[in-house]
Amino acid sequence: MARKSPEVNAGSMADIAFLLLIFFLVTTTIETDSGINRKLPPMEDVIDPPIIKERNIFTVVVNKNNDILVEEKPMQLRDVRSAAVKFLDNGGGVGEEACDYCQGERDTSSSDNPDKAIISLKNDRETDYKVYISVQNELVAAYNELRDREFLRLYPNQRMTFVEANKLYSDPRTSPKEKLKLKPKLDVLKKMYPQKLSEAEPSKINN
Amino acid sequence: MSKFRKKKSGEQQAINTASLPDIVFMLLFFFMVATVMRDNTLMVTNTLPAADQVQKLDKKDRVIYIYAGQPSERYQKKYGDQPRIQLNDKFSVVSDVGAYILAERATKREELQNVLTTSLKVDGETNMGLITDIKQELRKVNALKINYTTRIGDYTQNK
Repeated sequence: MARKSPEVNAGSMADIAFLLLIFFLVTTTIETDSGINRKLPPMEDVIDPPIIKERNIFTVVVNKNNDILVEEKPMQLRDVRSAAVKFLDNGGGVGEEACDYCQGERDTSSSDNPDKAIISLKNDRETDYKVYISVQNELVAAYNELRDREFLRLYPNQRMTFVEANKLYSDPRTSPKEKLKLKPKLDVLKKMYPQKLSEAEPSKINN
Repeated sequence: MSKFRKKKSGEQQAINTASLPDIVFMLLFFFMVATVMRDNTLMVTNTLPAADQVQKLDKKDRVIYIYAGQPSERYQKKYGDQPRIQLNDKFSVVSDVGAYILAERATKREELQNVLTTSLKVDGETNMGLITDIKQELRKVNALKINYTTRIGDYTQNK
């Protein structure tokens, strides 16, 4: 009979594993970052800036005291979203510029159609970042609200909103086949309500 | 016959712990896989503002981080309490941002160099002036895709 090899004592294995476990527990940060995506304008100046009608611009100004001015009138943050929706969805244009899916008031002194409508966000150098982000968030929410509405109207079979569809599209776990199906639908919506949000360079005037 | 001897009822049976290492190892592997090591030590306060209309940030290898905020308490003696920019592990000034972006971009794989996003992790209390300056620097080096990294939450939390 072969000599019995001595048994290794595995009693301390649990201790070692625990030690490693605690190390990884402490160093782990599982959450992934998320935030508001923006695209900055390129540096070179546009030689021939397009002429934009005053009624197609929705000006939002955040001053150094963190007060919000929308179209030159003071406004509370909670009203910004509905004001932006009203402006984007106005559809006041006629003829070629008419907007057949808009459900707004068709006010002639507001935007012609969502493609023409531009939101201009201006801030002071002393504006708080968190207020700025809140306003950005509300303006993006206005676009998302309209896109959701139209997505549900156009594609009721999808049983999801635009935001959910967009999330599904950007999820790496979604199959390429499904992505291919989603992409044209998302593109239609992005064309219907293009996100034209301009971040103007801040005023340096101290008023 | 001794094999079938009934145990004395008064004696407590010891719990078998032979599978304990297996369970612990299982947990260990989960955390090892799920772990993302913090590659930067924060030297600034970094309470991100809350927003709910957010999109997930791209994969980690396509993101360049820029931190900004008031220096943490232990650095305040040396650097003051005005908001500052932190790039990698040191405080920087606005004019360093461009060079930092270019250097970071050069370390990435070539096919990723055009799809990089700059993540701005800025403390909520910072003034917009600093952020505007950073944005101008980013425009100069043509790093146009940015992400205002936020916490997920309602805007009413930004008080």
